[in-house]
Amino acid sequence: MMLAVTAWLGAMPGFMTPLLLAALGLLLCERAGILNLGVEGVMALGAMVGAAASLGGFGPGQAMGLGALAGLAVSVPFMVAVIVFRAPQIPAGLALAAIALGASAALGRGAAHMPFAGLAVLGWFDELEGVPVIGRMMQQDGMVWLALILAAALGLWLARSRGGLRLRAVGEDPATADASGVDIQLYQLGAVAAGSLLIGLAGAYLSVGGSNIWTEGMVAGRGWIALALVVFAQWSPLRAIFGAALFGGAEALIPRLQAMGVEVPVYLLSMLPYALTIAVLVLMAFSKRARQAEPGFLGRAYIRQDR
Amino acid sequence: MTKPVQTVAPALPGAPSALRIFGASKRFGDHLVLDGVDFDLAAGEVHALLGENGAGKSTLMNILSGIYTADAGRIEIEGAAVSIAGPSAAVALGIGMVHQHFKLVQPFTGRENLHLAAAGLPLVPRRAVVEEQIAAVVKRSALDVNLDVPVARLSVAEQQRIEILKALLLGARILVLDEPTAVLTDAEADRLLALVRDLAAQGHAIIFITHKLREVLAAGDRVSVLRRGRMVLASHAVEDVTRDDLSRAMIGDQETTQRRRSGSTPGPVLLEVTGLGVRDGGAAYVSDAGLSLRAGEIHGLAGVGGNGQRELAEAILGLRAATGQVALEGRDLTGLSVAARRRLGLRYVPADRSADALAPNVSLAENLAATLVRTGALGRRMVWPSRVRQHAAAMVQSYGIAGATGGGRRPVRLLSGGNAQKVVLARELDRDARLIIAHSPTRGLDVAACAYVHERLLEAVARGAGVLLISEDLEEVLALSDRISVISRGRIATTPDGRPDRAQIGELMLGHA
Repeated sequence: MMLAVTAWLGAMPGFMTPLLLAALGLLLCERAGILNLGVEGVMALGAMVGAAASLGGFGPGQAMGLGALAGLAVSVPFMVAVIVFRAPQIPAGLALAAIALGASAALGRGAAHMPFAGLAVLGWFDELEGVPVIGRMMQQDGMVWLALILAAALGLWLARSRGGLRLRAVGEDPATADASGVDIQLYQLGAVAAGSLLIGLAGAYLSVGGSNIWTEGMVAGRGWIALALVVFAQWSPLRAIFGAALFGGAEALIPRLQAMGVEVPVYLLSMLPYALTIAVLVLMAFSKRARQAEPGFLGRAYIRQDR
Repeated sequence: MTKPVQTVAPALPGAPSALRIFGASKRFGDHLVLDGVDFDLAAGEVHALLGENGAGKSTLMNILSGIYTADAGRIEIEGAAVSIAGPSAAVALGIGMVHQHFKLVQPFTGRENLHLAAAGLPLVPRRAVVEEQIAAVVKRSALDVNLDVPVARLSVAEQQRIEILKALLLGARILVLDEPTAVLTDAEADRLLALVRDLAAQGHAIIFITHKLREVLAAGDRVSVLRRGRMVLASHAVEDVTRDDLSRAMIGDQETTQRRRSGSTPGPVLLEVTGLGVRDGGAAYVSDAGLSLRAGEIHGLAGVGGNGQRELAEAILGLRAATGQVALEGRDLTGLSVAARRRLGLRYVPADRSADALAPNVSLAENLAATLVRTGALGRRMVWPSRVRQHAAAMVQSYGIAGATGGGRRPVRLLSGGNAQKVVLARELDRDARLIIAHSPTRGLDVAACAYVHERLLEAVARGAGVLLISEDLEEVLALSDRISVISRGRIATTPDGRPDRAQIGELMLGHA
């Protein structure tokens, strides 16, 4: 039992990190008022590009960087449509998801099912290896730590910096931000660009940091889960860490339960993260605080009233 | 009878001029909203600006804050001619606006809102510098308000104080307060007036827009009155004017032709409202309102907009929860649904046509048919498109609705304002209408359409229906009504005979009768 818990905690950060990165990316978009439903597709493209770059001889760090850039590149039409031309965000986001999913499947055909060398575990905490329960958990690759640092930094930036204040104002009340001289579109472009990089990075981590192999459909709804995660985190990067740990923990539980020989159909087990998503969203619907945390202008197009 | 005061009182002796406006004019389409308006304001002065809705106050202030540009006229600030190109130019010139609708990000704290506002300063200062400036402004203005909780949790009065702080932080020397007391309780209003006097004593020049005489007399140094785009009383010292002068200046004293002889054929009591109250959250929109209306009568309800008119109408219709009693032809309506009330003959012509009366994207025919579905006139189980079309065709014919091509298949939003209002009237003024609540039924309509609406309302009355005419347009109320009441701050008042004259209406509107 102890062994199983240790193994579970050891596996959890690997499952948690892509969710956290994607959630941070989405959170950045949403805090600027942009609902980015393209996340699932952008992650898929990031995963494919990360794998293809690794197979093409790039190191894991470079491969993930290229995955992130691919996420940004594929999001450019979405950004132009939604921010510059103020197209409706929901259909534009879904179109982005479809385009990016399709692109990853079509372009990645040659890279499918070919194993490659992924991210290595960081050596910093080797001495702790022997410590019970926690020891295994500390043996992670650098991206796990980087994601945690990013979450903390983003939380601090949003809460404390002038740029963060203005970004939040853009998502809450663009008319007031506009009256204060904040360039609404500039902040939204910046937020979605940075968010797309993070989402692409999240996808790349799935292949380069996790499976070390790329298969079509490997994102498996994690993008949609990240959307729910942002709601669960009430748009706070720090709370997103806990949310990602919860959802990642649920995912990490599946292979453990199977290894322990729990007699539950595998399909029911695979359902766990998605069932949890629905349960969490239903629970959040009862929380008044959660609803107030939603950026006031999320998903709407701001057009200045000149009259 | 006092003659209209036209002399310009000098500003405070020795006080430098803060602002002068010469001959400002502004036209929207055919409508001349401002017609050669002059205005002057001295440093250290509270200058009250009075006027009914639509008198041009907001337009004048929007010109000052750079939202509109004047078609003609000249502006001088502290003696120097300026042009105000946009809102940021106005801020740079030291003009600070406190609007009726606050421009605050609700989930942010007061401090965050102030920091956000500081982003608009030409040279964005460092965070610590902004902190210092906030502390200095708070200290100097003695405005005490908690800056570290989300604005949404503060009272309206506290939010207003943050708005004032914001203007001061941005370096405002001329402060424009647009009906600042409309949203405040009396005690809060008194506190604001004291604050305004303090700010003036520190050398700020303040334009105080209001409807309320009490406040003009309590806090103003000079007063000006706008009516229909003209300055009818310019910069007069407050000590030298009487209430009578002010209400006369606001409302005018020309005679109106009464289209209806008052007191004609009073029928039985149709509507009886007693002790009606509408509250929402902490705010009371309507309090202890009483009103009665006879069949065959138009009862005009005058008042400045936003004094509870909409809430009163919606409460009578059952759209809004209310305390007290509403009885139609002796039958208590308490607990009845909107549909049940409509079956009893209650009809509504709301002030906002496109939001409350029509489905803009739905066809004209379907908008006309909307209230007939329940009656079975369009078919018992199904709604037959042919009958919907027939009904629409008949209505288009008898109301002369223009632009209804294609058998009424065009969406209503494509109609002009007058024709859209005809659609509403065609639906609401049917044969079964007993009581029609018409709220600003001619708002935004041209002269011909106005006349048409009035004609139709008079026709309905002649058939024995009753009309409650809620309007901000005093001419309309005076021309059509058999009896007149006035609503002010959610209370309804009238003279003992129910026929107040112009001056009495003015006093009732200002809420001191």
